[in-house]
Amino acid sequence: MAAIDALAEQLVDVLGPGRVVTDRQELRTYECDGLAHYKVIPGLVVLASCTEDVAATVQACGAAGVPFVARGSGTGLSGGALPHADGVLIVTSQMRRILEIAPQDERAVVEPGVINLQVTKAATPHGYYYAPDPSSQQICSIGGNVAENSGGAHCLKYGFTTNHVVGAQIVAPDGEVVRLGGRAPDAPGYDLLGAFVGSEGTLGIATEVTLRLVRLPESVRTLLAAFATTDQAGAATSAIIAAGVVPAAVEMMDALAIEAAEAAVSCGYPEGAGAVLIVELDGPAAEVEDQFDRVVALCGAAFEIRIAADDAERALFWKGRKSAFAAVGRISPDYIVQDGVIPRTALPEVLHRIGEVSRAHGVRVANVFHAGDGNLHPLVLFDDGVEGEAGRAEAVSGAILDLCIEYGGSITGEHGVGMDKAKYMPRMFTDDDLQTMQLLRCAFDPRGLANPGKVFPTPRLCGEVPGRHKGGQVAPEVEVF
Amino acid sequence: MSVSPASAEEAAELLRKADGTVAIRGNGTKQDWGGKTAEPDLVLDTRALNGVVEHAAGDLIVVVKAGTPLAELREQLAAEGQQLALDETVPGATVGGTVAANTSGPRRMLYGTARDLVIGVTVVRADGTVAHSGGKVVKNVAGYDLGKLFTGSYGTLGLITQLAFRLHPLPEASAYVTATDLASIRAAQVVPSAVELNGSEIVVLLEGTAAGVAARARTLGGRQIERPAWWGRYPWEPGGTGIKVTAALSRVPDLPGQLRGSAGTGVLYAGLPPETPVDEVARVVAELRAVARDAGGHAVVLTAPEPVRERVDLWGPVDGLALMWRVKQQFDPDGRFVAGRFVGGI
Repeated sequence: MAAIDALAEQLVDVLGPGRVVTDRQELRTYECDGLAHYKVIPGLVVLASCTEDVAATVQACGAAGVPFVARGSGTGLSGGALPHADGVLIVTSQMRRILEIAPQDERAVVEPGVINLQVTKAATPHGYYYAPDPSSQQICSIGGNVAENSGGAHCLKYGFTTNHVVGAQIVAPDGEVVRLGGRAPDAPGYDLLGAFVGSEGTLGIATEVTLRLVRLPESVRTLLAAFATTDQAGAATSAIIAAGVVPAAVEMMDALAIEAAEAAVSCGYPEGAGAVLIVELDGPAAEVEDQFDRVVALCGAAFEIRIAADDAERALFWKGRKSAFAAVGRISPDYIVQDGVIPRTALPEVLHRIGEVSRAHGVRVANVFHAGDGNLHPLVLFDDGVEGEAGRAEAVSGAILDLCIEYGGSITGEHGVGMDKAKYMPRMFTDDDLQTMQLLRCAFDPRGLANPGKVFPTPRLCGEVPGRHKGGQVAPEVEVF
Repeated sequence: MSVSPASAEEAAELLRKADGTVAIRGNGTKQDWGGKTAEPDLVLDTRALNGVVEHAAGDLIVVVKAGTPLAELREQLAAEGQQLALDETVPGATVGGTVAANTSGPRRMLYGTARDLVIGVTVVRADGTVAHSGGKVVKNVAGYDLGKLFTGSYGTLGLITQLAFRLHPLPEASAYVTATDLASIRAAQVVPSAVELNGSEIVVLLEGTAAGVAARARTLGGRQIERPAWWGRYPWEPGGTGIKVTAALSRVPDLPGQLRGSAGTGVLYAGLPPETPVDEVARVVAELRAVARDAGGHAVVLTAPEPVRERVDLWGPVDGLALMWRVKQQFDPDGRFVAGRFVGGI
């Protein structure tokens, strides 16, 4: 009997009925996450209902030397939750209780399967919300957000997931349940929580998360400015930042991205725009009014400025932006969502370089950015039905990452490295950098059983480790479509 | 012996060549923080690692060498209307020392602490390996975040030689406003930069536009005052005992009366004079530890006279200590960075 079958039998005994999936057809539904061109059918799936389920599964994996991968809602865009063919996929999406909303402590305690937006919905009646807002917030889970250190449009002002997670209970890769951080700040010792958030499931699985809640702003003002060119929109962004304003969000879309959004959701952006900016300010009313007038003036090069009169109009502005990724499907049968970061001031120059790359390869690129913090989301369009197009799109997508590195930026701002970008890590980091990062991995997971093959292109050997070793890279088993 | 490398490469060379134990020192403002350690064979002095490497004002980031005094950096950034929003709680502290000891002041409420502001780090490991993590862009999730791991690590994992930080614009206006009740400040949506407690006194710092600050001060309804003398200063004298007490926000009012610090984040400080008998210090620490634990936090002795540091458990209970030891053993397998300063004897 294969190790995985024995493990399945054992887990059914421990976890009870309905928690272990072994049926091939059912397993197939977990073969990919949001990055659907990587597919691996997991060896088996565990639908965890509580911390004890996760701990028991991880312990059983350890005893059998079988790798495991955690998965929340499966919306990740870097293949971080891509299963292991001979491993266990631990799904946390059924752990979806909000355990506590404590506005008096500005905290929420949730299980990892809780949907991001549900935290805000539960906190809003108390005058609070959960600030990190990835575009997938209606479906993505907090556990996944923690693994990926997810961002969102409003992290320009409010920071990323890592700035809003104050405590977690994790199941470490050896099956131990460990508390990191807590309800109060600055727990003594190393900031292992800070290291854990964004570790993409390679240091263990969070089973309970304590989040910081933020007081709802008294006032929110949003404008949509339409410019003839992305250069002008970039210059306006620079002027706003230079004026000492810290907007809640500054988002940019270029002409092709606008065209896609119009086709998909009829957001009614001004016609003929080469670029639109969405600028949002929030905070105390007096502060926001004062700064909003300045921002409007700084967008003077725009040929049209619309100011949201109410929540409905604000939602309409955002609708185009938040649906941009999916909307591109309306103008192209296939596309790659890229995620890279550049210093914000390099934006106009890098956009021109992306344009050059795009023309040289004959591949269209629609651009959507978090312009305030230089996080680019180029959407590389192609038709997989046309021979050679996928390859050209892949080349353009990779060239854009090289541009990000050339300008001193990063290969990922919020989607994570996962399976997809592990190969790019050596372009951004030296061997010594990657080896040093993996010391942390060796401390948490010397046998390399937690989400092997992700983040790092070459696993570090952690020295003498007792027991079987079945981790390592998943690459040879991955089908790439 | 003390050496002052001027670059990561020089520090690496020194670490590779030297034998024995090593202690890291910046301006020496917190040498009496943490547990008592044995005399090291080598002191790595960071003060030659001095100066701003890059200040990209338009990108609101700075790259700075670790031995640069926080005050010098503040002056340079202020010339461009910007700031590294880390309060200088110990006068003379270097950037590296501030991060390694993870000190924070009143404005942590709005801007966060070192861990929130560090976006990149260069470190030298015990074996002389130079490594980087993060970068110089604010948004970046490539690889593990060693900046957070090294923040507050007290020099036990390696030498920090260079740091990249996220910056903020200097506010146009600011005001200190008195208040009487923490819950009503929270309810008011005035977004304070700091809410500080000193005994029974509460003072709120507002920062922003001139019009905005004035309006927000009116909303709070207190008196506008000059910055209090105690603002951002620890409540103990040199040579005394300093204790950091943390609590869930709603439990701050339950803490004993003579604390000072960030009521807005639940991070407060207590001080005892240098002449306090060791038994009395031990009693106060135990008492604060019990209260803090009940309030969801911790009580940690940051600094104390030597007899206290020898006899009192400075750190108290630590979650995840076994994992922390494993991290230490990976980064510094031969225990070169002097033992005993940090949690659990690390």
